[in-house]
Amino acid sequence: MSCCAPGAEDVAAIRVALPSEEELRFGARDLGNGVRQVELSVPSVHCGACIRTVEHALDALPGVEGARVNLSTKRVSIRWRGETLPPIVDALARVGYPPNLFDDGREEKDNTLSELLRAVAVSGFAAGNIMLLSVSVWSGAEGATRDLFHWVSALIALPALVFAGRIYYRSAWSALRHGRMNMDVPIAIGITCAYALSLYETVNSGHHAYFDAAVTLLFFLLIGRTLDHVMRNRARTAVMGLARLSPRGALVLNADGSRDYSPLEEIEPGMRLLVAAGDRIPVDARIVQGSSDLDCSVVTGESAPQAVSAGESVRAGMLNLNGPLTLEATARAADSFLAEMVRMMEAAEGGRARYRRLADRVSGLYAPVVHLAALATFIGWMIATGDWHRATTVAIAVLIITCPCALGLAVPIVQVMAARRLFEQGVMVRDGGAMERLAEADTAVFDKTGTLTLGEPVLTNAAAIEPGVLAMAASLAAHSRHPLSRAIAVHDRSVVAFSDVVEHPGFGVEGRADGRLWRLGRAGWASEAGEGTVLSRDGVAVAAFAFEDRLRRDAAETISSLEDRLGPVEMLSGDTETACRAVASQLGLTKMSAGLLPAGKVARIDELARQGRKVLMVGDGLNDAPALGAAHVSFAPASAADVGRNAADFVFLRESLSAIPMALDVSRRAGTLIRQNLFLAIAYNVVAVPIAVLGYATPLIAAVAMSSSSIIVIANAMRLVSPRAGARVAGRPGMFPNAETPR
Amino acid sequence: MSMLLYLVPVALFLGGSALLAFLWALRAGQYDDLDGAAERILFDDDSDARPHGNNPL
Repeated sequence: MSCCAPGAEDVAAIRVALPSEEELRFGARDLGNGVRQVELSVPSVHCGACIRTVEHALDALPGVEGARVNLSTKRVSIRWRGETLPPIVDALARVGYPPNLFDDGREEKDNTLSELLRAVAVSGFAAGNIMLLSVSVWSGAEGATRDLFHWVSALIALPALVFAGRIYYRSAWSALRHGRMNMDVPIAIGITCAYALSLYETVNSGHHAYFDAAVTLLFFLLIGRTLDHVMRNRARTAVMGLARLSPRGALVLNADGSRDYSPLEEIEPGMRLLVAAGDRIPVDARIVQGSSDLDCSVVTGESAPQAVSAGESVRAGMLNLNGPLTLEATARAADSFLAEMVRMMEAAEGGRARYRRLADRVSGLYAPVVHLAALATFIGWMIATGDWHRATTVAIAVLIITCPCALGLAVPIVQVMAARRLFEQGVMVRDGGAMERLAEADTAVFDKTGTLTLGEPVLTNAAAIEPGVLAMAASLAAHSRHPLSRAIAVHDRSVVAFSDVVEHPGFGVEGRADGRLWRLGRAGWASEAGEGTVLSRDGVAVAAFAFEDRLRRDAAETISSLEDRLGPVEMLSGDTETACRAVASQLGLTKMSAGLLPAGKVARIDELARQGRKVLMVGDGLNDAPALGAAHVSFAPASAADVGRNAADFVFLRESLSAIPMALDVSRRAGTLIRQNLFLAIAYNVVAVPIAVLGYATPLIAAVAMSSSSIIVIANAMRLVSPRAGARVAGRPGMFPNAETPR
Repeated sequence: MSMLLYLVPVALFLGGSALLAFLWALRAGQYDDLDGAAERILFDDDSDARPHGNNPL
C-alpha cells in the first residue's frame, strides 16, 4: 500500500464499477507465443511511488510476465502468459488503484501519427539548418558565398519537401482528382512554386531565395497538422458493441423434444427456445417455463436484477443471470428490441457525423481566397509592369505569406491544451469537435442509475448488525453474484464454512453450518416475517439488511451549477416513478421522466433538439447508448458499459460529477481562445498580404512574419494552462479520492 | 571562406545525427511516457528498462 493511494480499505466503494473478467478477456490482445496483453486505465496513479506499487503488485501475480505503468496516460499495460487470467483487477483494487478498461484504439498503432511525427522531425531539421544559412545571407553574404549557401539550402530542402511534403502532395492530389478543393492545394502549390522559383534564382545567382520560407512553412504546418490529427474524431464502435450483445443463435426446442442450435436469423415467432444461465435472451419472447433473475440493464438501465417467472415477457439483449428458462419467441431477431436499439444507434451516429468542425469550416472558406489573392496579384503585376519574372515572384510571395500556418495551428493547439487540462482533471475527450459542441450546449439531461447515483447498492445498516451475524451473512453471500449479496459480502472477510450451498434464483441463497439451515434472501422465503432482505436461521429471521443506491459525489452541486451555466436540467430514467422522485427531490430536480425505454430517451432528446436546444446528455447504461449518440454532446462515467463509453464524447474517470461543469468551463474557455486565435491569424493576413501584394515581401520579411504569427497563436493557446499549479493539486487522488466511504 | 567547405558539412552531419537519434528514440518508445520517465530515474532497481507497450516497428 502506498502513501498516496486513495482510501484502499474501503473495498465496498471500490467494488463499484470494476471491469469484469469477461470484459478484460475481451479487451486483451494476443501477442503470440501464448502471451496476452491488456491495457487498463488507472486514473489514481500520479507519482513514482504509485508506479512502483502497481508494478510490484502486478509482477507478483502468477503468470504475469510484466507490467508497465505509463504515468503520462495513466495506464498500465500487463502481459501475461497462458489461458487463465491472473487476478489483475483484484490486485489493483487491493493496493488502492481501481482500474477501468479503456479500449479506445487498443488494436493498431496510429500509423498516421508516427508518419506525421517523422515528417515534423525531418522538416524541423531542414528548417533549422536552412535558416542558419539564410541568416548568413541576410547578414550580408555576397557573391560566391551566397550562391554556395543557396545551393546547400536547395540540397537540404529537396529531400525535406519530398519526405515531409508528400503528406500535403498526396492529400492535394486526391482532392484535385475528385474535383474538390482543400486547404492542402494552396499549400502544395505554394511550397512547390517557392522551391522552383528559388532554384531558378540560385541557378542565376539571384539575391532572394525562399528555401527557408518553404521549409519553415512546412514545419509549422506539420505541427498544426499533427496536433489536429490528435484531436480528430476516431471511428467509434458503439454500434458494434451493441450488436455484440446479441447471441449468434439459440437452442431451439422442437415439438418432438429434440434440440437444435439455430442461427439467430432462422428463429421465428412461436418457436420454443432454451436459454441457460449466463446467456442473453436472443429475441423478444415470453417465458413458458422456469424462473430466474434477469439483468435488464439494456432496457431500463437498472443493474438490480429483476425476478421473472412463467408468463412474463422478456426482451432481446437481457441477460439471464441464474436459472434456465424456456421461452416462446414473439418476434424475429430483426424485429426484436436489440435490433431496434442498433438501428437507433446507427441513426444517431450518422447524425453526429454531419457536424463540421470549426477548423474545417474556416479552411473551406480560406483556400479559394488565397488562390484568388495570388492570381489577382500576378495579373495586376503583369498589367502594371509586363515583367513575368517579377509578377511570378510577387505572386509566390503572396502565396507563401498567406499560407495558413497560424490558421492551421489556431484551433488544434488550443484543443490539445484543453484536452490535456481535462485529462489532468480526469476527463478523457474523444475529439476536438466534442469540445466545440460542449461549449454550445444549453440543456442538460441526466440518466439516473449509474449516473446521478452509483448504480450499485450499498449496505447502509452494517453497523447495526451484530458482528457474528454479519460474518455469517457475508460468508453465505460470498456464494452468490447477486449485487445485494456482493454488497453484503464485502463487509466481512471472515470465512464460515457452509455446506450444501444452493442459490435459488429470484429468492436467495441457502447453506448449512453447524447443522442449522441458514438462508439469506428475500423475506417470505427466508423467513415468515419481516420484509426486504433478511438472514434467517432455521426459518427465523436474525438480521434484516437495508440497502441504498447512493448518490454520486457532488451530484447536487453539479446539478445546480449546470442550471446556472446551461439552463434547464432534466432527468430521464428507465426506473420506476417512485425511485426517480426520491432521487429528484434529493437533488432539487424539477423536470423528470420515469419509466422510459431507450427509444423514449432518444425521442425526448429529439424533441428538445427540435425546439432548438443543444442537449448535453450524461448517461452510462446500455440503454443510454442511443441517447448519448443522439445528443449534441455526451458524457459517460468510466464505470459505464463499454457501449455507453463508446457512444459518449467525454468519459470522466473519477467518481465525482463535478467533472462535467469543469469540462464545460474548459471547453468554453477553449472556445474563446480559439476565436481569439482565428482573429489573430486573420489580422496577421490583413497586415501581411498588402505588403506581399505590393512586392515588399523579401524572404526575411516572410520568415519573420510567418514565425511570429505562429508563435503568437501558440503563446495565446498556452494561456489555457496557466492555472495549472492549482489544477495539479486539485487533481490529486489523495485529496479527491475516487473511492470514498459510503454516507 | 575555405573553412566553409568543412564547417557546413560538419554542421549538417551533427544536425543529421541528432535527427537520426530523435527518430530512433521515437521509434523505441522513449517519448511514450515523459512523466513516468522523470519518476523512474529515482528508482533503485533497474528491472525492466524498456517500455514494452510499443514493440519496435
